Amino acid sequence: MGAYLTRRVLLMALTLFGMSVLIFVMLRLVPGDIADILVDSAGIVDAAEKAKIVRELGLDKPIHEQYFGWISGLARGDLGFAYVSERPALEEIAPRIPVSANLALLALIYSVVLGVPLGVISAVRQNTALDYGLRVVSLSGLSLPSFWLALLILMASVQWFGTIPIYKVEPRSIWDEFLLLSVPALAVGFRSSALIMRLTRSSMLEVMRQDYIRTARSKGATATSVNYNHALRNALLPVVTIIGIEAAFLIGGLIVTETVFNIPGVARFLVEAILWRDYPIVQNIVMLIAFITVLVNFVVDMAYMVLDPRIKYAD
Amino acid sequence: MRHSAGLAATVAFALSTAALPALAQKQGGVLKVTHRDNPPSASIHEEATISTVFAFMPAFNNLVIFDPKEKRNSPDKIVGDLAKSWSYDATETKLTFKLHEGVKWHDGKPFTSADVKCTWDALAGRAPADSDLIRKNPRKVWYINLKEVTTSGPHEVTFVLGRPQPSFLGMLASGYTPVYACHVSGRDMRSKPIGTGPFKVVEFKRNESIKLVRNPDYFKKGKPHLDGLDFKIVSNRSTRVLGFVAGEFDLTFDSDITFPLLKDVKSQKPDAVCEARPTNVHSNLIVNRDSPPFDNPKLREALVLALDRKTFSDILSQGNEIPGATLLPPPAGVWGMPRTEMEKLPGYGPDLEKNRAEARKIMVGLGYGPSKPLKIKIATRNIAIYRDPAVILIDQLKAIHIEAELEPIDTTVWHTKVQQKAYQVGLNLTGAGVDDPDVVFYENFHSTSDRNYTAYKNPEVDKLIDAQSSERNVEKRKALVRELETILVRDAARPPINHNVANTCWQPFVKGLVLQHNSIYNGWRFEDVWIDR
Repeated sequence: MGAYLTRRVLLMALTLFGMSVLIFVMLRLVPGDIADILVDSAGIVDAAEKAKIVRELGLDKPIHEQYFGWISGLARGDLGFAYVSERPALEEIAPRIPVSANLALLALIYSVVLGVPLGVISAVRQNTALDYGLRVVSLSGLSLPSFWLALLILMASVQWFGTIPIYKVEPRSIWDEFLLLSVPALAVGFRSSALIMRLTRSSMLEVMRQDYIRTARSKGATATSVNYNHALRNALLPVVTIIGIEAAFLIGGLIVTETVFNIPGVARFLVEAILWRDYPIVQNIVMLIAFITVLVNFVVDMAYMVLDPRIKYAD
Repeated sequence: MRHSAGLAATVAFALSTAALPALAQKQGGVLKVTHRDNPPSASIHEEATISTVFAFMPAFNNLVIFDPKEKRNSPDKIVGDLAKSWSYDATETKLTFKLHEGVKWHDGKPFTSADVKCTWDALAGRAPADSDLIRKNPRKVWYINLKEVTTSGPHEVTFVLGRPQPSFLGMLASGYTPVYACHVSGRDMRSKPIGTGPFKVVEFKRNESIKLVRNPDYFKKGKPHLDGLDFKIVSNRSTRVLGFVAGEFDLTFDSDITFPLLKDVKSQKPDAVCEARPTNVHSNLIVNRDSPPFDNPKLREALVLALDRKTFSDILSQGNEIPGATLLPPPAGVWGMPRTEMEKLPGYGPDLEKNRAEARKIMVGLGYGPSKPLKIKIATRNIAIYRDPAVILIDQLKAIHIEAELEPIDTTVWHTKVQQKAYQVGLNLTGAGVDDPDVVFYENFHSTSDRNYTAYKNPEVDKLIDAQSSERNVEKRKALVRELETILVRDAARPPINHNVANTCWQPFVKGLVLQHNSIYNGWRFEDVWIDR
C-alpha cells in the first residue's frame, strides 16, 4: 500500500508538471499577448509604447526563462503580478477561491443529495408513474444548457417575486452565503444530479437482479434494508466514479453560472484573464484546477477501498 | 427613414428641453449603477473606452468642461471646472487659465498649476524619461499643436499653441481630459486613482465592482449630492437588464439598452426613464487601398454605392440609426452635414437601385459579373456589435457581384492586423471623444496620427484638416469641414454607414442626470445627480 501511495503521489507530481508546461506553452501559442491587448484597448498602434510594456512585463525574455521564473516563484509561494491590475496575483486569486469552492461544494452536495435518492426511488419503483416522471426530470436536466436554465431562473424570479437572486453584496454570515449561493448551486447541480440519478438507477437495477439480493429477500430482510444496505452500497461504485468526474467538470458549469448570477468567483475570473492574456492569473488558476482534479481522482480511488473491501491496491 | 426622422424630432425635442427648471436637490444616497465589463484600467488618459470614463470621470476634474446641464456639447457651451476663468492672448496662441484656489487632491495634497503642466507634458510626450504617469497615450494627436505649458505661480497656467486652434478648448472640456495628480504613480492612477473630483475611488475590485464615496472636501460647495456611487460589474447583459427591472440598480450602463431590449424594459418596468441618444460612434468600412483589388479607386467607389444604410438601421436598431458622413449630423451633431447636402454624396441618394445599378456597371467594367463574382473577405472584430453589421454588409455586397466571406478576427489582435494591412475590407466602429472636426479628422485621417489605423494618406486632406483647424470663423470652418467630408466619402477613406443610437435607463427617483447627445464620453461627473426618495 505504501509503495502504491508513493507511486500515486509521484504520478500526481508528474501530471502537474506536464500540465504546467502545457498551459504555459498553450497560452503563448494563442494569438496576441497582454501588450497587444493593452495597446488595442486604447485603440492605438504605437510600436514604441507597446515595446515598453513588453519589456516592463518581461515578455521579451526567452520562454524557458519565463517558465522557470514562474515555477520557481510558485515553489516559493510567489504567484507573480497580474498584468491587468498590476497587483500580486495571489491577492487577486485568493479571495475568489472560497466563493467558487463554496458554490462548487454546494452544487455537488445538491447533485448527490438529489441524484442518489431519486435514482434509488426510480429503480425501486421501476416502470411506475413516479419512475417515468423522474426520468423525464433527469432527461431535462441533461438536456437543458445551464446558462439557459440560469437565465430562466432569473427571469422567473423577477417576474414572480420582483427580485433577482444575483450576487449583490458580500455575504456577512455563512447563512447569508448559503442563501445567496443556493439558487446558482441548484442551477449548476441540476445537470450533475440528473446524471447521478440516471447512473444510480441503472446501477441499482443491475444490482437488484443479483442472486444475493434475492437471497436477502428470501431470508426476510425488509425492503429498506435490501435496497439501502445490500443494493445501494454495491451500486455506488460507478456512481462515486461519476461524482469524481463531475466534480472536475463542475468548473465548466461554474463559468456560466458565475457569469449569469454575477458571482465573483475564480471561474469567471479565469475566463476574463484568458481574454486579457493575463498569464500569471491564468497559469496559476489552471494549475489550481489541475491540482484539485488530480486530488479528487486520488480521493475517489481511495474511496473504492472503503466502499468495496474486496478492492486492494497492491504494492 | 421614417424612424430616423422620428428620432431626429425626439433628439431635437430633448435638446430643446435641456434647461429644465431646477428642483430642490436632496442630499444622500448611493447610486447603484450597472457596468458592462471590467475597465482595462482606471487611468482615463490611457484608455479609449467608455468603460473607463463612465466609472472614473467622477473622481476627476478638468480645467474646463462641456456644460453638464446642456445635452449638446458645443464650443460655446463650455464652463469652468478647475479653471475659474480663461482667456486667449491677441494672437490666440496663448490660452491662460486662472485656477481655483484651495482645491485638494483626494489624498489631501494641494492642487496647483504644476499638476496641470505635468499632465500635459506627459500627454504631449514631454514627460521625464523615468515618469510612468502615462504608459500609453491614445490621444497624443490631440496635442500636436501644443508647444509648451507654462506656469505663473500656483494658480495660473498657460498653454502655448503653435497656431490658433479653436477646437483646443473643446478638447480640454472632454471627459477624456482630466487633470492628473502628478505626485501619484502611474500604477496607482491605473488601479486606485487620486483626483480632485466630487467622488473618491475607494475600491476597484477587478471584474466585480467599483466604489466611489463623496469627497467631503470637494471645492464646489454643496456638491456632490450623492453619498457615493456603486458600480457593479455585470458582464452578462441579460442579468444587468433583469437586475435593473428588479430594481437592484438605479442606472443602466451607458447606452446599454438596445431598441429591442427597450420594449422589454418598458413593458416590465413602465416607470423606468429611458432616453435614446446618438452615441457619436459610427460604423464604417475600412478598405485596404494599398493592395489589389481595392487599390483600384473604381472598385472602392462601387463599395460605397452598394451600401443600403436604411437596412442596416432597420435590422440593427429598428430604424433608429442615423445615416451620416464622418461627423454626426444635426440636430444632435454640431458639425455634420445636413441631410439635404448629404444626399448629394455618392451612395447617399434615396434611389438605392440607381446607386447599385451604377455600382454593378463599374463591376462589370472591371470584369466581374453574376457568373464571375469578386471573392473577398470581410474582416471584423469577433464581437457581436462588429459581426452583426459585417454580416449585413456581406449580404448587401452580393447585389454588386461581390461574394464576401466573414473573417472574424480575435479582438486582441484586431488593430495589429489592421496595422499590418492583413485585410481586404473590414467593418469597423469609430467613436468620437468630442463632437469636433479636429478630434475626428486628426485622429482618423491625418497622416501623422497613431490612430489612423488604415494609414490613410492624402496630402490634400492633411492640408484641409490643418486649414479647418486654424479657421476661427465658424461658418468658413463649417464649409471646410464639409469639403473634407465630401473628399473622404468620394475617396472611400473609411466609408461611413450609420451613427449609432442607443438607450440609457434609470429609475424615476434618479434626478439631475443629463445625457449628452453628441458624445457618450462626456457628462459622467455625477456631481449634479441626486436621489429623490
